Amino acid sequence: MPAAATQPVVPDTIQQRVKACTTCHGVHGEGSPGSGVFPRLAGKPAAYLAQQLAYFQDGLRKYAPMEYTVRQLSPAYMEEIAAYFSAQEAPYHPSPVPSVSAAVMERGKQLVERGDSTRGIPSCVSCHGERLTGVEPAIPGLAGLSYDYVSAQIGSWRTHTRAAKSPDCMAIVANRLRDSDITAVAAWLGSLPPPTDMHAQPADPGKRVLPRWCVASAGAMP
Amino acid sequence: MKRWLVGLLVVVLVLAALAWMFFPSPREPSAQSTSTQVSAASLRDPALIARGEYLAAVGDCAACHTSKGGVRYAGGRSLATPFGNVPAPNITPDPDTGLGRWSFEDFWRALHLGEGRHGELLYPVFSYTSFTKVTHDDALAIFAYLQSLPPVRQASDEPSLRFPYSLRRSLVAWRALYFKPGVYQPDPAQSAQWNRGAYLVQGLGHCNECHATRDALGGLSPDHTLTGGQIPEQNWYAPDLSVNPGGGLEGWSTRDIVDLLKTGQSAKGAAFGPMADVVRKSTQHMTDADLDAIATYLQSLPARSAAVAEVSHVSFDRAKGAKLYADRCADCHGADGRGVAGIYPPLDGNTSVNEPTGINAIRTVLLGGFAPVTAGNPRPYSMPPYAQELNDEEVATVVSYIRQSWSNKAPAVRPSEVGTYRHTPID
Repeated sequence: MPAAATQPVVPDTIQQRVKACTTCHGVHGEGSPGSGVFPRLAGKPAAYLAQQLAYFQDGLRKYAPMEYTVRQLSPAYMEEIAAYFSAQEAPYHPSPVPSVSAAVMERGKQLVERGDSTRGIPSCVSCHGERLTGVEPAIPGLAGLSYDYVSAQIGSWRTHTRAAKSPDCMAIVANRLRDSDITAVAAWLGSLPPPTDMHAQPADPGKRVLPRWCVASAGAMP
Repeated sequence: MKRWLVGLLVVVLVLAALAWMFFPSPREPSAQSTSTQVSAASLRDPALIARGEYLAAVGDCAACHTSKGGVRYAGGRSLATPFGNVPAPNITPDPDTGLGRWSFEDFWRALHLGEGRHGELLYPVFSYTSFTKVTHDDALAIFAYLQSLPPVRQASDEPSLRFPYSLRRSLVAWRALYFKPGVYQPDPAQSAQWNRGAYLVQGLGHCNECHATRDALGGLSPDHTLTGGQIPEQNWYAPDLSVNPGGGLEGWSTRDIVDLLKTGQSAKGAAFGPMADVVRKSTQHMTDADLDAIATYLQSLPARSAAVAEVSHVSFDRAKGAKLYADRCADCHGADGRGVAGIYPPLDGNTSVNEPTGINAIRTVLLGGFAPVTAGNPRPYSMPPYAQELNDEEVATVVSYIRQSWSNKAPAVRPSEVGTYRHTPID
């Protein structure tokens, strides 16, 4: 049999090229709803996804499998990969949430919707959008993320395995949350019913990209 | 601790003590303005700087002298060795934290003799064992380039080495054993192209620093150059580079070598792990003439005597390996192990599949990843990581199956080895 007959046919598509990504994050970036370990990428703002890939390259985010996977990529290729996942529309699937008390859920709802001004904690919706589906160009959606992923990421800001270039707003928030607050926020976010419109909201031209509390506090960060 | 290692330590300590007594005191750095023969003006020659930029890429200086996410050449990357960690210093021309006060003579002594600006002996993780072969002219160009960079103020950390390696004087003994200073001497019996290739491979390219086996003291034997070895701490296997019978690149054409160095891919295999970094940062930027010269030199490396075939006592379930291969690998690498030309590398006859340790195949199955992005391959295809999906026994089974299929006849690997390399840090 000639070699050509046995050679696999390889589609010349970005989807085929990013097998290293899709084996964990899903062919359409749907994440791993069953385990909740690998976050959803579908529909997140492209600039956010490209920025996070760069953060893994630069050592701001630390997770060995991701660091190895993105190591050899160019900025242009990372943007192309980010655009692919950003454009995907995949259905949401609920992830498991540990059973917590009604009081904890109520605290989670409070933090997500209104924040806690006594501790200087802004609400999630104030930056991530009313529907929690993110805001263009670079604020990610929180809807559809699992309890495990959200609690691990907030924790990683506190242990310095996740960071953003200054001003790192989430580092400020993460360090103002109590441990019990992290559980509450992750449980509330992880149990929200999926929104009908999954797209990130367009940027509000009247609103600054980063909130005043963040830009003002960042100078005082250690 | 093993008895022979204790013996070696004693020898090192005695030699270090002798060296302490007989080695001359630290010298004064040469004053840049008076004693130097190289004028500051001549260092600003744009043509010299441009040549230095090219040579710095050939030497891949930035790979060590840049921290993750840091400014190029500003140092800060900690280099892990079996003896402790050595941070690569800032080599931008900042006067206090970089090379700003260095004269060319200081630079030459570092590159050629492995001595710091105050006469202190440098740790050979800075590969002066290879860089000593670099010519005076090339060193001058590199120095001119480094001095042309914007100065970055970033202090370097001190090395954190274990005793007795923490004593720089212990290097006197090490150097007596392993370091012979001397610029590359062309072989008149060989062509200019061959000599250029040998100069690049042995000197600036410092290929032998990874592609050879280090002994217990981290030294390299002159009798075993480019014969392949496991890279300490990083735990990848840098293969033998002979293309002749018994060599790690057996059957590789000049074209295959040039393709891999230029694009990260060749008909015989793709670059991954540390070599992917080397291709992306260094070799893809080399001229075709230099790549041809390197290939010409490598083509001349001798045939290797077949190592005494290690009898493998490792058994594995071949049927299970075949099933895993069909389910996970064959879609891309083909049932015949030939891969897809220009996209997925062949596994049949692949040097990284068949290298002696099995490390490369194990870690590639665990980590997957992309071939390096190069001008010749800007949107590489990728391989899924299987660390999440396959357990140690499954990885060992499919790797053993691949290493003993088609024309491959490499020893099988154990699940315990997969367990070890599953947790090797990636940087």
